[in-house]
Amino acid sequence: MSVFSLPAVQAILPQLMSIAWGIGKALIVLFGVVICGAYMSLVERRVLGLWQDRYGPNRVGPFGLFQLVADMLKIFFKEDWIPPFADKFLFVLAPLVAMGTMILAFMVIPVTPDLGVADLNIGVLFFMAMAGLAVYAVLLGGYASGNKYALLGVARSAAQSLSYEVFLGLSMMGVVARAGSFDLRTIVLSQQGLWNIIPQFFGFIAFLIAGIAVVHRHPFDQPEAEQELADGYHIEYGGMKWGMFFVGEYVGIILISAMIVTLFFGGWLGPFSVVPPFVWFALKTGAFMLFFILIRASVPRPRYDQVMILSWQYLLPLTLVNLIITGAVLLWVGGAA
Amino acid sequence: MRALVQYCVNLKGLCVGAVTQVRTIGMVFLHAARKRQTLLYPEEKPDLAPRYRGRPVLTRDPNGVERCVGCGLCAVVCPVDCIALQQEERESGQWFAKFFRLNMSRCVFCGLCEEACPTSAIQLTPDFELGEYRREDLVLEKEDLLISGTGKDHSYSFRTHIGRASAEFGAQWAEGDDAPQSPVDTRSLLP
Repeated sequence: MSVFSLPAVQAILPQLMSIAWGIGKALIVLFGVVICGAYMSLVERRVLGLWQDRYGPNRVGPFGLFQLVADMLKIFFKEDWIPPFADKFLFVLAPLVAMGTMILAFMVIPVTPDLGVADLNIGVLFFMAMAGLAVYAVLLGGYASGNKYALLGVARSAAQSLSYEVFLGLSMMGVVARAGSFDLRTIVLSQQGLWNIIPQFFGFIAFLIAGIAVVHRHPFDQPEAEQELADGYHIEYGGMKWGMFFVGEYVGIILISAMIVTLFFGGWLGPFSVVPPFVWFALKTGAFMLFFILIRASVPRPRYDQVMILSWQYLLPLTLVNLIITGAVLLWVGGAA
Repeated sequence: MRALVQYCVNLKGLCVGAVTQVRTIGMVFLHAARKRQTLLYPEEKPDLAPRYRGRPVLTRDPNGVERCVGCGLCAVVCPVDCIALQQEERESGQWFAKFFRLNMSRCVFCGLCEEACPTSAIQLTPDFELGEYRREDLVLEKEDLLISGTGKDHSYSFRTHIGRASAEFGAQWAEGDDAPQSPVDTRSLLP
């Protein structure tokens, strides 16, 4: 006699099934994101090569597809070394924060109508909280390394955070005002008929710039700055701890691309009903991930005082004006509510 | 008021800068359609110039006799001292190198030996694939270095030009057009 034929178990079976499906969805998203993030290392090198008139890694397997396996083997077997002058606890904690916050923030992304880990009614705020916590990975990692270059990277990272965090939230408020909700699924559904990219164009510009700065990708990679800081805050890291920073950065790219798609490009929505929603979401997100690499291939890095001037003097007023106009239009169209 | 004007000027500069950045991004994107600069080396071989300074060889004159007379000028001029040789004289009075040893792990391919060589014997060739699995194999002996051809200098046969020696030995190697010419006047600077 099976356990599932007991009357008590029969009664709670639907709940058990929904819990199992919830865990299954979470695992699908988790592994999907981490595997995509790891594969971004190969895609980035190949695509950068494409835009720089060379090939990139194309030796291991067809089109270099197994390069990732070779890299992973190498990185797993490297010595997991902690410098004797480092603050050991924080040194180990920093890569966990870097990768953990980025993966956690993916929790609120609605991938398709059926797929998505959690529909928080404060999804946008949760994303901002995780983006704010991700700064600690850089601060702690750089501070715990006990290295001059790392400390310079931390100083720059702090200056940069003071710049982009200001308008990161404000740039999303126009979208939130239009949808009337912080829930990302509601935001996607509010874009049926017209994607937010048209009414919220300036919000999109500001969020794109802030998003690049959140994951400190080029051209806002002052904390790392290979050329002058020799990789900045993670200069003392090696092996799998460095790999976690690396994967965290690529997961961050996927996260920001998914957020841009969700907030401004209608998420899984698309014109043809025969195309499944997941394909639309993946296509749009992939396009923005490639755009991130394209920006890396073409735009030089500004000084961090220039980033601060840009943020405080131009993008902060831009987002505020955008929010005021959005509110005025909403009141005008919706009448005195 | 002045600050506001300055702000507007800066804003204009920012907008112009943003447009140029977008143009840059577009231009970089178009590079995707360009021809690749990379040479896929093991499959495609590079096109090397005839005077490329690669693997050194010892050449023979047009009659198939080895050119090296073991004078040692190459060993003297070599900046990394990678050449070792010893001169010996045959019963006929001909000079040759008893051994000629070239340590390829030291050679810097400067080509000074080639410039110094009075008989055009040692020459650098367009071959750069010099890898070996054992360090000792990088030390090349005379039989490794000697090739059967004339290298870059196809017609030069110094034995037909050297004064008394050419009169004594030239006849037995040279035939036809390569017959011994008049001995060189060693007191003249003219060519």
